Amino acid sequence: MIEIENLSKSFTLHNQGGAVIPVMAGAHLRVARGECVALTGASGAGKSTLMRMIWGNYLADAGAIRVGDLDLAQASPREIIALRREVLGYVSQFLRVVPRVPTLRVVAEPLLSLGAGEAEAEARARDLLAMLNIPERLWALSPTTFSGGEQQRVNIARGFAHPYPALLLDEPTASLDATNREVVLALIEEAKTRGAAIVGIFHDEAARARVCDRKVDVTGFSPQARRGAA
Amino acid sequence: MKDMGETPLLQVEALSKRYGARIGCADVSFDLWPGEVLGIVGESGSGKSTLLSCLAGQMAPDQGRVLYQGRDTVAMSEPERRVLARTDWAFVHQNPRDGLRMGVSAGGNVGERLMAVGARNYGAIREAATDWLGRVEIEAGRIDDRPRQFSGGMQQRLQIARNLVTAPKLVFMDEPTGGLDVSVQARLLDLLRGLVRDMGLSVILVTHDLAVARLLADRLMVMQGGHVIEHGLTDQVLDDPQAPYTQLLVSSVLQV
Repeated sequence: MIEIENLSKSFTLHNQGGAVIPVMAGAHLRVARGECVALTGASGAGKSTLMRMIWGNYLADAGAIRVGDLDLAQASPREIIALRREVLGYVSQFLRVVPRVPTLRVVAEPLLSLGAGEAEAEARARDLLAMLNIPERLWALSPTTFSGGEQQRVNIARGFAHPYPALLLDEPTASLDATNREVVLALIEEAKTRGAAIVGIFHDEAARARVCDRKVDVTGFSPQARRGAA
Repeated sequence: MKDMGETPLLQVEALSKRYGARIGCADVSFDLWPGEVLGIVGESGSGKSTLLSCLAGQMAPDQGRVLYQGRDTVAMSEPERRVLARTDWAFVHQNPRDGLRMGVSAGGNVGERLMAVGARNYGAIREAATDWLGRVEIEAGRIDDRPRQFSGGMQQRLQIARNLVTAPKLVFMDEPTGGLDVSVQARLLDLLRGLVRDMGLSVILVTHDLAVARLLADRLMVMQGGHVIEHGLTDQVLDDPQAPYTQLLVSSVLQV
């Protein structure tokens, strides 16, 4: 479902003397349907960079990033927008929403943008918010004022509202208590059972061991590592 | 490229406009698809507003074509263009005074647009105006008040109601949240997002506010000196900017 081939990436800092910083070379990754792969490696090794390249907000210099039948390295913005609406979900660590929009609406939005009816989309949003123990009195409020843990759970609810065939999870259990962590792990297991291909970053080792089928150390994708091997 | 079974609503080909020796905008080309919000960012004088005026038929470009549903709006006659501007297009100005008639009631401002496309039944017009005031969160009791009695945020919402009452397909917006308090901006952004989704509007949004662009636009074009120097998915342009000027623009924003 997700196939990365010979991917490379560098940043050119035009306003800092044109410095070119190579951050990735020769990355390969394959994630099948129903499989969850954990990206590992020290902080700064490139886990988030790889995740952002799959999401499409970081450009690739060379190589291929196929999600379903679309190669993001070649795709037009319009195709990537459609992919994000229908195929590829993302639970990021940060909640970015229009201020003032009620939590229920924030969670229902992915379904509304797919053309679901308001009642149906809100019913799904209610189920998820209840499952993730967000108190009902908060549903009508904007999540921008919520605590970090609450915002994260809103993000998770939103990311699981539509049954995306492919999912990116960035530290989905990072600031959760035991009860909510369990709910999130169950959601991930359920997504795998229905055939979702998942790429995740988990510092929570027990969570990683439970839901992930494989680990891929991204340190091997750094240009320095390639030079060392050659 | 994968065929997504649609044609662009607007096709812009090599559009240029000069003011004597000075470049307004130069060699701008892009497609806009149904339901898509395209943000145009860049600092003052970068050519954003010139481009918007040329696209909306308010200014004649020196070169290039603008095809709306396949019809060249540059080559068509002035009356034809005026019909399009009344029926299919809408233009939201930064200053509500430029888009409203300040001496006419709120209801009249909305109703007038409907009458311009042929509505004649007073009751139906008043009903549509009341409905639209509600959609932009203006109390029905204010329908007979003049816009000058409204706050800046309310005036802007009224301008949006006046523009959208005829269900246009393409909306041009020039700094629609500029000049408003931040709290009022958020309310307007929320409103605009909902309307774009529910009505399937295509929007060309000129703004210098990157936060507004991030929340509203699907795609971004960055302009400098009249040229489009970068073009892509909104979060890609903002998170991984390629051009030196875009990198400077993004890194100059204060984080809150």
